[in-house]
Amino acid sequence: MKIAIIQFGGTNCDLDVLHVLKEVMGLDAETVWYKQEDLSGFDGVVVPGGFSYGDYLRAGAIAARTPIMDSVKKLAAEGKPVMGICNGFQVLTEAGMLKGALTTNAYPKFRCHWASLRVETTDTPFTSKFGKREVIRLPIAHMEGNFYAEEETLAELDENERVVFRYVDENGKVTDDANPNGSIENIAGIVNEGRNVLGLMPHPERASETILGSDTGRKMFESMADYITENF
Amino acid sequence: MLPEEDLKIIKEKLGREPNLVEQGCFLNMWSEHCSYRSSAPLLKTFTTTGENVLIGPGDDAAILKFEDGYVLAFAMESHNHPSYVDPYNGAATGVGGIVRDIISMGARPIALMDPLYFGTLDTPKNLFLFEQIIKGIAGYGNCIGVPVLRGETFFDRRYSGNPLVNVVCVGLCKEDEVVISNAQTPGNRLVLAGSSTGKDGLGGASFASRDLSESAEAEDRPSVQVGDPYTEKLTIEMTLEAIRKGYVKACRDLGAAGLGGASSEMAFKGGLGAHIIADNVPQREPNMNAYEILLAESQERMLFEVAPEDVDAVLALVEKYDLNGADIGYLTEEKTYVVEFRGEIVAELPIDFLTAGVPIFERPSKAPGSGEEGDKPEKSEKPEIPADLKQAVLNVLSSHNLASKEWIYRQYDHEVQLRTVVKPGEDAGVLKITDSHGLALSCGCQPRATLLDPYEGAKATVYENAMNLAVKGAEPLALVNCLNFGNPERPEIYWQIKQAVLGLGDGARELSIPVVGGNVSLYNESDEHKTAIPPTPSIGVIGKVELNIPIPSSSFTRPGESIILVGETKPEMGGSEYYTILGKTEAGAAPKVPENAQKIIKAIRDAVKSGKVSSAHDLSLGGLAAGLAGMCGTVGAEIDLGEISAGQQPDEVLFAESPARALLSTPEPEAVLALLGDLSCAIIGKTGGNGLRVKGESFEIALSPEELSEASGSLTRFMMK
Repeated sequence: MKIAIIQFGGTNCDLDVLHVLKEVMGLDAETVWYKQEDLSGFDGVVVPGGFSYGDYLRAGAIAARTPIMDSVKKLAAEGKPVMGICNGFQVLTEAGMLKGALTTNAYPKFRCHWASLRVETTDTPFTSKFGKREVIRLPIAHMEGNFYAEEETLAELDENERVVFRYVDENGKVTDDANPNGSIENIAGIVNEGRNVLGLMPHPERASETILGSDTGRKMFESMADYITENF
Repeated sequence: MLPEEDLKIIKEKLGREPNLVEQGCFLNMWSEHCSYRSSAPLLKTFTTTGENVLIGPGDDAAILKFEDGYVLAFAMESHNHPSYVDPYNGAATGVGGIVRDIISMGARPIALMDPLYFGTLDTPKNLFLFEQIIKGIAGYGNCIGVPVLRGETFFDRRYSGNPLVNVVCVGLCKEDEVVISNAQTPGNRLVLAGSSTGKDGLGGASFASRDLSESAEAEDRPSVQVGDPYTEKLTIEMTLEAIRKGYVKACRDLGAAGLGGASSEMAFKGGLGAHIIADNVPQREPNMNAYEILLAESQERMLFEVAPEDVDAVLALVEKYDLNGADIGYLTEEKTYVVEFRGEIVAELPIDFLTAGVPIFERPSKAPGSGEEGDKPEKSEKPEIPADLKQAVLNVLSSHNLASKEWIYRQYDHEVQLRTVVKPGEDAGVLKITDSHGLALSCGCQPRATLLDPYEGAKATVYENAMNLAVKGAEPLALVNCLNFGNPERPEIYWQIKQAVLGLGDGARELSIPVVGGNVSLYNESDEHKTAIPPTPSIGVIGKVELNIPIPSSSFTRPGESIILVGETKPEMGGSEYYTILGKTEAGAAPKVPENAQKIIKAIRDAVKSGKVSSAHDLSLGGLAAGLAGMCGTVGAEIDLGEISAGQQPDEVLFAESPARALLSTPEPEAVLALLGDLSCAIIGKTGGNGLRVKGESFEIALSPEELSEASGSLTRFMMK
């Protein structure tokens, strides 16, 4: 099993994800510079956070149109798991692999702090190790994390349990105060129809070592690795 | 324009009139910013060596030995003038510049700190500068993925019209990956890589070396560089890959004085000359002349010395990262700096003279007031003891200087790179470097104390930062500084610089902290406000922490613990936040660093390292009242200052900013007191309860958790309004 970590120009959480997958968890993972367009031999993909192409034009817009994304789509079509974190989530929505869009935070500044999230579904390759409606804490760090989708899309996401994480208060309640960026229905992460493509704004790799505050995030990578081992 | 006396020296040496390109080279290279012409004699007094110092001042960054073969690169810069003219870009490129100083040593930047000084937020202009400068730092630092871990934000009306933007960067690499800036071999090629060269930032070095005029915003805009953090991120990766692959023999980033500065200094430091072919420089716009190509301070550019056979490999890396790059000349045996453009030689100068020929001198200095260096007479009376002491406390706690800086640091990505163990908002930040060792970082200055007594104030600044490390159990490794002052041609200002440099140097020596780098920013005066900034010798200090010992929090963590006050509280009210709020800026005695301060710092570090201290906090701005309030969060405290306040004025006990003091909380008071030995210390209360209750000989104050959090949220609320 081997996981590809895509590096665009301006990606800056690539080495962090590599550290967690390789050093912390002992998985086989490799960074792949966007000019290498072939992903054969990989069983999963992480599109990490950062500022691909400086967020110029729109966050994720340029990265979404690079040829390597065709390979990511192909891999996803085979049912292999793809996780987009922060800027990676923005790239996946811009590439049409996930519904909705991420717009500028309601208070239009960058926000970096820990947030409480509720795991809405464990029926994904990324959340099988959590409990349903479990409240976890992960760090966020973004300026364009304000998720928006039209009513029709929201209904579709709700109906199929495709909202994976919502911002909540400490008691697991969806409140306005717990919403750090204005996301509609406090949505922090969603999956595609096939449930094998996840986008989320929080950073699980930043909560994967207890010395940094928590290792809750590791469960997401563990879920993903288990899924690959079982299915590919 | 070159000063008349400089031109005379140059003409004599060359035996001819320098042409315009050559004059431009001298104007920038001989500016205070590049040459330290009037500060160098003072800087020589610093102790710059120590057992962990592998490379001291003089290169792009210092190199310090850490653990397990790791070394740290450490540097500090100011970007004051540009940040007034164009706050977003000025602050952003300040970050970019210091980061390139770190990568040019071969190190990956792992942390930034930003000491910032602003005018008070009661004018739209100051508010604009504040918001844009923070945005510039966040925009650049977040994009390149370097965490801003610590900072200082200080407001005083005398920074109106001349805010200070200082920035510290720390980098990490293995010892054998370090590259220096001294050119190695004649015949090797010079490769310029990164961004292309435009006409921005022309004459930035010389612009930084004069006062800000009223029309500076319009007139000096072309002198301000424009930042592109995306290109910087690519430049970091390209440079580090080129260095790791062994292609780079010497490396220098392009900063002040552009390509002319970097190439001449690199060659000179290696005892060589250089031949530059200006036509080869990748240009952003058509028809640039040699002067512009040579001196533009376009950002995100690096200069590499490369063996001829490796040039293609380096250019292939440049291509991989979608950057610009070119072979733009070569190193020569003959110590001449030659620039060729369109088939003609447009500059030909003795390289030693260009880079090190500037006349170095001390300026006349004079203590203010009577002319004697001694105690200044108090110019105004002590304020009355406030009738409503609780309100006085709340006024201090809610002043923007004391309030939580959360609105600022939550805009900075302070967790990228997975090292952040202690986050912003504490006395010092802590990063994990190896499994066993971390790096503690602190920065700041005490401008108002320094204004009252430059020697003691600068010394107290060193002690405050050393205490910030001590309360985390860190052993200091090194210190960098940024000497921000007014116009040195005025004797009173030069006296301030001299005294502050001595105080800083003495403090660092007493604590055995080598001073390994820094920069000087002079002429910080505002035409518009007719003010000079308070002397601001800001510093950054880093230290080593053992990660297997619990690091105390800056807040109380458990109820029922004893609270110990260490250090002596004296009625030193001069320059205090309390007096400033009352408008008594000239009153009161300046704080003095006590003689046993070094012992206090060591004892606190030892106490923390014993593992028996669960929370610890330095006392400085706002005094004991602010220190106690700052430690109360989910756990409150009950304090009895009976003995300490006996015979003292309550406001002086609560608000004095006497240096070398700290608060500790511990479940084992006897053991901790034993470690503190015969130092002045006392158990003053217990943790627990709701909020903060303080009883003194003649007063009693109770602050609820809501009142405390409202006071500390004053800046965030103000900005989000």
